[in-house]
Amino acid sequence: RGMRRCSPKYKVVGKVQGHLTHLLCHSPEPSEEDDIDEEVDEEEEVRPESLSSEELEKLKEAVDERKKLIQALRGKPWPIKKKCVILRESQEFVEKYEGALGKGKGRKLYAYKVLMSKKWMKFQRDFENFKTACIPWEMKIKEIESHFGSSVASYFIFLRWMYGINMILFCLTFGLVMVPEALMGRPYGTIPRKTVPRAEATSAMDFAVLWDFGGYAQYSVLFYGYYNNQRAVGWLKFRMPLSYFLVGVGTVAYSYMVVIRTMARNANESGVGDDNSFNFNWRMFTSWDYLIGNPETADNKFASITTSFKEAILEEQESQKDDNIHLTRFLRVLANFLVLCCLAGSGYLIYFVVRRSQKFSQRDSNIEKEIHVNMVMSLLGMFCPMLFDVISALENYHPRVALQWQLGRIFALFLGNLYTFIIALMDEINLKREEENIIKFNITVWEASLFNGTVSVNSTAPPVTIEPADVPRGPCWETMVGQEFVRLIISDTMTTYITLLIGDFLRAVLVRFLNYCWCWDLEAGFPSYSEFDVSGNVLGLIFNQGMIWMGAFYAPCLPALNVLRLHVSMYLQCWAVMCCNVPQERVFKASGSNNFYMAMLLVILFLSTLPAIYTIVTIPPSFDCGPFSGKQRMFDVIQETLESDFPAWFGKVFSYASNPGLVLPFMLLMVLAIYYLQSTSKSYKEANMELKKKLQTVVQNMFPPLVQQSCFNVYF
Amino acid sequence: MGTTASQLGKDLLSEYQELTFLTKQEILLAYKRFSELLGKDEKDVLHERVPMDRILTLPELKSNPFRKRICYVFSTSDSKNGSLTFEDFLDLLSAFSDSATMEIKSHYAFRIFDFDDDGTLDCGDLEKLVNCLTGETDETKLTAEEMRQLISNILEESDIDKDGTVNLSEFQHVISRSPDFVSSFKIVL
Repeated sequence: RGMRRCSPKYKVVGKVQGHLTHLLCHSPEPSEEDDIDEEVDEEEEVRPESLSSEELEKLKEAVDERKKLIQALRGKPWPIKKKCVILRESQEFVEKYEGALGKGKGRKLYAYKVLMSKKWMKFQRDFENFKTACIPWEMKIKEIESHFGSSVASYFIFLRWMYGINMILFCLTFGLVMVPEALMGRPYGTIPRKTVPRAEATSAMDFAVLWDFGGYAQYSVLFYGYYNNQRAVGWLKFRMPLSYFLVGVGTVAYSYMVVIRTMARNANESGVGDDNSFNFNWRMFTSWDYLIGNPETADNKFASITTSFKEAILEEQESQKDDNIHLTRFLRVLANFLVLCCLAGSGYLIYFVVRRSQKFSQRDSNIEKEIHVNMVMSLLGMFCPMLFDVISALENYHPRVALQWQLGRIFALFLGNLYTFIIALMDEINLKREEENIIKFNITVWEASLFNGTVSVNSTAPPVTIEPADVPRGPCWETMVGQEFVRLIISDTMTTYITLLIGDFLRAVLVRFLNYCWCWDLEAGFPSYSEFDVSGNVLGLIFNQGMIWMGAFYAPCLPALNVLRLHVSMYLQCWAVMCCNVPQERVFKASGSNNFYMAMLLVILFLSTLPAIYTIVTIPPSFDCGPFSGKQRMFDVIQETLESDFPAWFGKVFSYASNPGLVLPFMLLMVLAIYYLQSTSKSYKEANMELKKKLQTVVQNMFPPLVQQSCFNVYF
Repeated sequence: MGTTASQLGKDLLSEYQELTFLTKQEILLAYKRFSELLGKDEKDVLHERVPMDRILTLPELKSNPFRKRICYVFSTSDSKNGSLTFEDFLDLLSAFSDSATMEIKSHYAFRIFDFDDDGTLDCGDLEKLVNCLTGETDETKLTAEEMRQLISNILEESDIDKDGTVNLSEFQHVISRSPDFVSSFKIVL
């Protein structure tokens, strides 16, 4: 009975196979010669003891094949009905014979494992569903995509991604820095650094002062100066200064990780270089955006595709013609020279305004000073790009190349402005530090005067209690830096929103209603409705993030502020785009620029963490405010932690590891590794090209057209 | 979603999730939208076949130049009239969904572009394709000379075996290198 009764399983395999062979690309193991007439649905129990191990193996293989098929069904281009049939049959087969596979006692364990893996798959699927349901603003973005195409939508997707990053940064700073200090640190008013000075107490609650982040806002967890330098706070013995330092480092590290991971993923998806080898094919097959659901956008898309075809054909024909190259080169050099002049001019202007505002800092209030600097920066940010646009008309580049040059120049402009601002800030920091020395001297004098001149070492006089508000304060330069950045962000935000309302909304209202009584057609002619400036907005977002990264160490409230700002921006800009903008006439694919924007973000991340790192490493912290007060350098907190909180051998290991004799060879090794990986990737690329050429020549030499895949069978 | 969810059985729902790239919410949304397309007397959402002109009223398909071809390709009707059942509709959404693989998308894209259904993209197919892409009006159409130039450039780039047509494997070879294809070949309800 044993050997013959094995056949039902092979029959099942055979029958299922015979049914499926003409559909599958590969066939599992060959069927035995057996009675195909026999009923498949025999409820014969295949007892495991009746099978030899070889047959068991084959049965197991068959079951595994079925399982793989079930997994792969999704990716097969068949109609659902066909897939349903195959799925049900395969599932029946697997269920019927899977249980039979476990031998004896092991059968229960096997069945249990199978059950668990099914439950796990179901859980995974539910979790995926849950994750996609959690993504915010999906419907909004989809609506924008259908009206404006994927390039405008890519800005909003980028905004959403930034929101995610800022949310994580906010959780880090809020949970590990602000909340512990607020809950477990000493409360407001107990020590000098946490109290509003007597002189400012009357105006501390004024709206004007609060809006400028002075008064009560300044002496709170929002800024660096409030934090106490006590090593461990509360019953948890929470290491506050260490946490502050590590969160600062952690935000930067996390940002690097996320940006680089996204860049790598984008690079993977976009495939190997090959930008121009399939130019016409891509324009033909991939230019239509299937998300467009709006007739007006569709018409624009048609026009843009036609233009791109005609341009491509023309370019192909004219690629040999190359007259007037000297004139073109001269014009390009001239244009770059003009742009450099603009950049230099704008940098000098900002420096001049900041210095001027410092000189008159006694006369003008803080607010007016800020308005000067930020107004100048915002105006420059608005008008210089237009100027660059006009200058680029001299250059006569292909539109996509011109766009990249434009983006590069605006990037340089913003960067120059930011760094000028920082240099001005550095000057202020130095001023404050000099002031600090004077105040330190004054404090010793003041303390001496409290004891009426009797300053002896073994003094038994009771300590005089002083109100914290009366103690003379040092000028806390870190809080000043934090405040500057917060003010910059706020005024930048305000400028953006006001430009949006005036430039887009007011313009749209005027065009719409004045059109009834105007001589020429406002909608088609001069002002018309504005288009959504994707690249300008993306750059604004990137620079905004750069400022957050720069200032987050000195003002822990910045990520929270940014989360709020992005949230509001999302709703405001979604509304503005749907209400006031028209679809772009020249539509550029967003995907090619994706890595371009990520690269810019990476550069900004690097450049904005440089100043913060410089100040942390070189400038000694203020003596009376912040979590590092009293230390020589801010990173001394790490040394202190190693000495007091970790066992002695750990400190030794760490000191060996940070020995320059070890660090330098390690860095050398990394440089060599990079060089090696670079050269192997180059050789892979070359091998790739060789194979491609070989493929072409081999195919051309063969006579009948090469039938390369059996998927034809599926198609027919 | 209460009543519709109970009309689409749990088993069927999990089977569809297994067989397509759609999530549970997407399938339920598709069910809702499909049942809105049905007439008053057609109650059986799962088995009813909706004619092509009603499918083309969907806003996602209305402005698409390839809408008719899409219906023909995904239709399983015997009379090849482009009518879709609910399962065909799910097939359509699955192939155009965000998580569908490059292979599936390129396979279906090839079938959509193959206007005469002969398994290759020859000059006639390419010409019709270009005309679809450049719109209906005369001002946006390409001249005959430009058309000829364009088609010869395309064949030069992608026709490896030089038989004058683009077959599925050549098409997939070209498409797999494109950075835009997966993100533009997408329809979301």
